[in-house]
Amino acid sequence: MPLLDREGLREDVWVPAAIDATSGTHVLVAWEQLGPALAERRNDGKIGVAVPNTIKIDELRPFFEAIALISITFPGFGDGRGFSLAKLLREAGYKGVLRASGPLIADQFSYALFCGFDEISLPEANAARQPIAQWLAARKLITNTYQRGYGSGNILDQRRAARLRSPA
Amino acid sequence: MYRYDEFDAQFVRERVGQFRTQVARRLDGSITEDEFKPLRLKNGVYLQLHAYMLRIAIPYGTLSSRQLRQLALIAEKFDRSYGHFTTRTNMQFNWPKLRDVPEILDLLADVEMHCIQTSGNCIRNVTADHFAGIAADEIEDPRPTAELLRQWSSLHPEFSYLPRKFKIAVTGSARDRAVVRAHDIGLRIVRDPKTREIGYEVMVGGGLGRTPMIAKTIRSFLPRADLLAYLEAVMRVYNLEGRRDNKYKARVKILVHELGAEEFSRLVEAEFARLDGPSVNADPAEVARIAAYFADPAYDTLPARSTAFEAAKAENRAFAHWTSTNLFPHRVPGYTALTVSLKPIGEAPGDITADQMRAVADLAERYSFDELRVTHAQNVVLPYVRKDDLFAVWEGLVAAGLATANVGLITDIIACPGLDYCALATARSIPIAQAIAHRFADEKKQAEIGELNIKISGCINACGHHHVGHIGILGLEKSGQESYQITLGGDATETAAIGKLLGPGLAAEDVPDAIERIVGVYLAQRDSGETFIEAVRRLGLDPFKIALQEKTHAVA
Repeated sequence: MPLLDREGLREDVWVPAAIDATSGTHVLVAWEQLGPALAERRNDGKIGVAVPNTIKIDELRPFFEAIALISITFPGFGDGRGFSLAKLLREAGYKGVLRASGPLIADQFSYALFCGFDEISLPEANAARQPIAQWLAARKLITNTYQRGYGSGNILDQRRAARLRSPA
Repeated sequence: MYRYDEFDAQFVRERVGQFRTQVARRLDGSITEDEFKPLRLKNGVYLQLHAYMLRIAIPYGTLSSRQLRQLALIAEKFDRSYGHFTTRTNMQFNWPKLRDVPEILDLLADVEMHCIQTSGNCIRNVTADHFAGIAADEIEDPRPTAELLRQWSSLHPEFSYLPRKFKIAVTGSARDRAVVRAHDIGLRIVRDPKTREIGYEVMVGGGLGRTPMIAKTIRSFLPRADLLAYLEAVMRVYNLEGRRDNKYKARVKILVHELGAEEFSRLVEAEFARLDGPSVNADPAEVARIAAYFADPAYDTLPARSTAFEAAKAENRAFAHWTSTNLFPHRVPGYTALTVSLKPIGEAPGDITADQMRAVADLAERYSFDELRVTHAQNVVLPYVRKDDLFAVWEGLVAAGLATANVGLITDIIACPGLDYCALATARSIPIAQAIAHRFADEKKQAEIGELNIKISGCINACGHHHVGHIGILGLEKSGQESYQITLGGDATETAAIGKLLGPGLAAEDVPDAIERIVGVYLAQRDSGETFIEAVRRLGLDPFKIALQEKTHAVA
């Protein structure tokens, strides 16, 4: 599955456990397999976990230090639960990689980044239809947005900064 | 009224550009029809029965003369020279071409307007009391709050793919003219009884549609400064917990109902306590910046009584009659608000021609500080008219065919577009409204009946608010025939109530008779000074049911 981040296409170093559970340095396991995978991992091995978008962050919290990647599944692009889940994970202090995995569309790229995702793993067919250039362009179409707390450069804080520079 | 700063202007222009690329990417096959659909809906573009429909946001119903003239221009250039005001104070054009939409969006951006989030599973255009800033009973003008929410909800990164649509309404008065309890979130500006501090009563889980619900209060006092953080908590709980397995159970009202208001409130409060409010909320200087745009216009100091107005009433009976129905008291002496009825007998409720738009815009510019309001009842308000000028305004309205004297009366009917336009409709709405209006056209009869709200929807989605009509009419399709169910006792105000079904559905041609029978029961049995809705509450449904069964034959 093609992988992209804010810079563009990148290599996916994560190998699903279903394909190779033992030899890789970056093993991506299903949520149900996380316990055994952590118990069996090699010293230099990193573990990532794929979770459904219905998971509660309290279930994930004990593993924040032990896992290097959380991949949140988007069953369809219209199901926006993953955006809130990502936001909650970041606010709970999760510092590892956050991946959105599913048939997202380019118009959602900036939303995903603003909510705390680092990268998006797309099904082949979707990536083939929507060239990476479209994703990178879509992200830049709206320069400023109104919401505070979703990345820098929001309009409210810029208005505030302008007020502080030149008090009325 | 609010004026865009450089950020707002750039944001709306860029949104137009974004839509252009979305259309282009649909045309070149980069995105599928399924992927394009929510993108066009979030820009107000529907595919209807006969054509595309474009829904333009009129945030909290406030318009300038210049904006209304621009709508007139768009109506003439891209549509059939008329537009339609909806129950959410938006304007709909029913006949634009898809290829013209980006150009229309540019024309809207020229006058600080847009179509952002007038449809789709996102936070929709925010509505407010159409007498904001005018009503004597107002604690605070709700429009600054509504404008803050318009900005906050626009292209929200986290809440643009909700389980279902999400509607917010704000009122600043104890009297509810914005139907806040029929919204996903209703906000009422309140004053803390002890500290006198301004804050909000937060109601959640109202809505009409196939499962009508009255919103529950989950917070009786929310400090003003915490508004955005608290709403973010509500939206996050809904986004994560709202049902996505069934489109008909996906509104927040179902979540509130299934969890119970207490449990829903507990989840919201827990999230609100957890999140970092100061990093989310607008700072007070920003709130003050917005509020300053809604400062009072430059009122003159006038006597409360206008001799010119009294003299004109004494001389002209038609004018006097119109002033008895279409005025609303203004808190400033010598001024009045007036409602321009878009319900002339026999016309489609809420429709307005391009010429009429210009006529009203001219009157607003000359006599109402250049400002207009659109009401959820599909009428237009001139908010700041000197009583001295009323006769001149009325003459202007007469010339434009807009002097119908029926506001709040039985012919001031709310109706959705229905099967004449809408792809979702199961029956016609407009012809039913027209037939009822014809039946009760006599002004004396209307005055005798007094305040009575009839609301008509052409399908179960209830855009015509039939659930909260004193008399509600719901058009369905039963074995290939239109069938109209009648409900009684609905209430759209602070005493909000869902109407109750009177009996089996009726054929279209029997509806005016049925309404006449219902009204007949009221006229025969009312106490002195008792309004229709008060009488229904006292009498119960039975006498009305009996009257209805006497003659009309059921369809199904």
